[in-house]
Amino acid sequence: MMFLNTQRAGLVKDAFVYGADSIILDLEDAVAENQKDSARFSLFHTLKSGLYDGTECFVRINGTDTRYWREDIRAAVAGNCDGIRVPKCETASDIHLVEDEIAKAETEFGIAPGSTLIMAAIESPRGVINALELASCTPRLMGIALGAGDYIRTLHAKMTEGAEAMLLARAQIVLAARAADVMCFDAVHTDIDDEEGLVRQTTLIRNMGFDGKSIISPKQIAAVHRIFTPEQAEIVKAERLISTYMDNKRTGVGVFTVDGQMVDVAMLEGAQRTLRLAKASGAYKGDME
Amino acid sequence: MRNSIGREIPAQFLRGGREVYQGPFYREGYIYQKAAPSVRASVSPRASKVVSSLTEAIIKCGLRDGMCVSFHHHFRDGDYVLCMVMDAIAALGIKDITICASSLGDAHTSIVKYMEDGTITGISSSGVRGAIGEAISLGKLKTPAMIRSHGGRVRAIECGDIHIDIAFIGAPTSDCTGNARGKGGKSDCGVLSYSAVDARYADHVVVVTDCLVEFPNLPASIQGIDVDYVVVVDEVGDPTKITNATLRYTTDPRELMIADYAARIMRHTPYFRDGFSFQTGGGGPSLAVTRFLRPYMEELGIKMGFAMGGITRPIVELLEAGFIRMVVDAQDFDLASVKSVNSCPNHVEITTAQYANPLNKGAFVNRLDYVILGALEVDLDFHVNVVTGSDGIIRGAPGGHVDTSAGSRCSIIVTPLCRSRIPTIRDRVLTVTTPGETVDIVVTEVGVAVNPRRPDLLEALRDAPVPILTIEELKERAYALVGIPDPIRFTERVVALIEYRDGTIIDVVYQIAE
Amino acid sequence: MNLHHTAVAGTLESSDVLVTVSPGESGIVLSLQSTVIREFGRQIEQTVRRVLEKHEVTDCEITLVDHGAIDCTLEARVECAIFRAADREDRLPWR
Repeated sequence: MMFLNTQRAGLVKDAFVYGADSIILDLEDAVAENQKDSARFSLFHTLKSGLYDGTECFVRINGTDTRYWREDIRAAVAGNCDGIRVPKCETASDIHLVEDEIAKAETEFGIAPGSTLIMAAIESPRGVINALELASCTPRLMGIALGAGDYIRTLHAKMTEGAEAMLLARAQIVLAARAADVMCFDAVHTDIDDEEGLVRQTTLIRNMGFDGKSIISPKQIAAVHRIFTPEQAEIVKAERLISTYMDNKRTGVGVFTVDGQMVDVAMLEGAQRTLRLAKASGAYKGDME
Repeated sequence: MRNSIGREIPAQFLRGGREVYQGPFYREGYIYQKAAPSVRASVSPRASKVVSSLTEAIIKCGLRDGMCVSFHHHFRDGDYVLCMVMDAIAALGIKDITICASSLGDAHTSIVKYMEDGTITGISSSGVRGAIGEAISLGKLKTPAMIRSHGGRVRAIECGDIHIDIAFIGAPTSDCTGNARGKGGKSDCGVLSYSAVDARYADHVVVVTDCLVEFPNLPASIQGIDVDYVVVVDEVGDPTKITNATLRYTTDPRELMIADYAARIMRHTPYFRDGFSFQTGGGGPSLAVTRFLRPYMEELGIKMGFAMGGITRPIVELLEAGFIRMVVDAQDFDLASVKSVNSCPNHVEITTAQYANPLNKGAFVNRLDYVILGALEVDLDFHVNVVTGSDGIIRGAPGGHVDTSAGSRCSIIVTPLCRSRIPTIRDRVLTVTTPGETVDIVVTEVGVAVNPRRPDLLEALRDAPVPILTIEELKERAYALVGIPDPIRFTERVVALIEYRDGTIIDVVYQIAE
Repeated sequence: MNLHHTAVAGTLESSDVLVTVSPGESGIVLSLQSTVIREFGRQIEQTVRRVLEKHEVTDCEITLVDHGAIDCTLEARVECAIFRAADREDRLPWR
């Protein structure tokens, strides 16, 4: 999910070509205080232009403690964005506040009720503790995302190369997301020239169970994609597991072995997920599901 | 009269045996007599060639109204020589001069006034940028400018289509007899490839240097046996603008994406094998392609046979790392390439005649597997325009574009889909400089189009990890982004002729309407 | 819509346009400078007039310094400038 400064005309006109899975049109931190209105016009007309048709578009609105967020939502919904990313979420009531405005805007601008999704950004200790509450507070909620900068600051922690201070929050977010059956996304890696660090951090969060990572530059897309794309060996193994399972299912065997490893129905789901991901990322062209 | 790609060439420009373009290899087997200069013998063993000023050299060579003088552009944006010479000519009150340059750019802006006052009435060049291009497009030059590729310029001189009365050759070092090199001195530009033909075909040859060295200055690019006079000046150029100290790699994600696609394409075409040859331009995406090649060469365990062209640091780095067997150098863009050609035995200077003259018997461009080139515009016939901007103003250079595109096995155009609001891929290019028959693949950030004339390449790329589109689809994507441009309005007056490398006329440029 | 004072929107960056609007007396007085004027000047003017008409701005002076902005940027900047000039920030007619 790539952040894009909505105010910058030169970026908006081609950010969709780089192959990010989702674009977050930012009205918040990237936009200067005196250009908030201008970014909103840019947002609306960008969404309306059709340039981003076929690209998932979320809009990061300004916080509910500012005077901008209500109009942000009106512009975003009027432009028919896919979803709203709400910054600094701490409790379910933060989300409900936003949800009410979205519903009103959907009615006002003739957008299908309930079609605008919400992604909750968790950026504080309280938010992390309430992650499950946030993740399960509305059917609009498609995922939760971790914001590192504010979290580290409010935690009084220090950002290090190994990002140890993030560990607890990351674990909590994945847990909450899985418990609530929504998606979860890791924070941005702010040093765009540090590919090594990006690869290390992305590998870590992929292995922890995250569904994706927020990024701030097209330069980061290739590395994140590479890490999230299942390797050929994983794909082959998943295929074999599924086909063996199907064969055994016909003959009524519940537990069996593949390559000497014991396999049961619980592992089937993981294998299917691997193939779905491989297919989505173009690494798998087979027809097994 | 219409040429073979449907461009109308007014009959008035088709006199004296000049023909319209009839295909890239139309002149195969063409018989011609090489031109020869009328030179003045220099027998006296003690006579000195060193004269005190450009003015003295001009007078001694007998420059008169209506003559032609030539220059090279190895000093690029740092060149002082052309303007110094033109100032001296204008001060003598000589009019109606034709300039035969290998390229004209921002360093030469001050000669626009001589186009306006009739000192300069003709221009032949492989590139026209900046204010001079604008002046030509506005009709300030008395006769149409002749735009020739690098190879085409050599051909025109060797065939006698253009005759040089005095060649002024700026040189970083020269000895007292005119043995001149691109190497050494304070304006080190590495090579003097463009000037080799001037020195051998001009009636008079004047070497202009700011570093007179001890005799003999060898190995010399310009031979003292061809030189009439040597003028020592304070500075032939601004060294900081002659060579970029550090040529920056592009960090523009769009350019990197284009370069990445181009490298993937090379990897998946059949010429990518041990000993392949390669040339790339100096523009952002072109230059970046070189960087993406190394992993593929490592993967396949292959080396490049030779790299050619304007040379830059990425090529030098590959040479030093052992990935290239030979670098063949016709121009240097940065300090790294100058340093390399001065010191590395596998990095060799060639003349522009060797490089690209289409009529000679061994042009190096014909040995190229791949060339990576830029474009201002590309159209549905794969014709490329590198001379006129979409506003109709002359602002570019065919340089070696036309020559390498025709000579190479696989020519790859790398270009953004649009530049600001200007679509690069469009229905019809304003000016054809490189015919679509010689263009194989167009790479943009949204996808790649293969010329239908090359089904073999399309087949080779079927499984390549790049989005393959048709050129029509690329155009549609461009127009969807920026809209459909309105046609530019021109007057009836032709301000430039675009000569194809073989001497035929491929297109003309009209004066823009105000 | 009534404009109260001069307002500016946009930048001079490539692919952007700097728009200045002021309240006017009689009709629309449009001045356009653009790097793409020969190919897109007509269409730029058309878009600007359409946006002004959409928001019922009938009298104003509008100056554009364009560096190749595409249509959606142009519309955004013009709208931003006129709503700033009208001192309106909230409850805008998004359409």
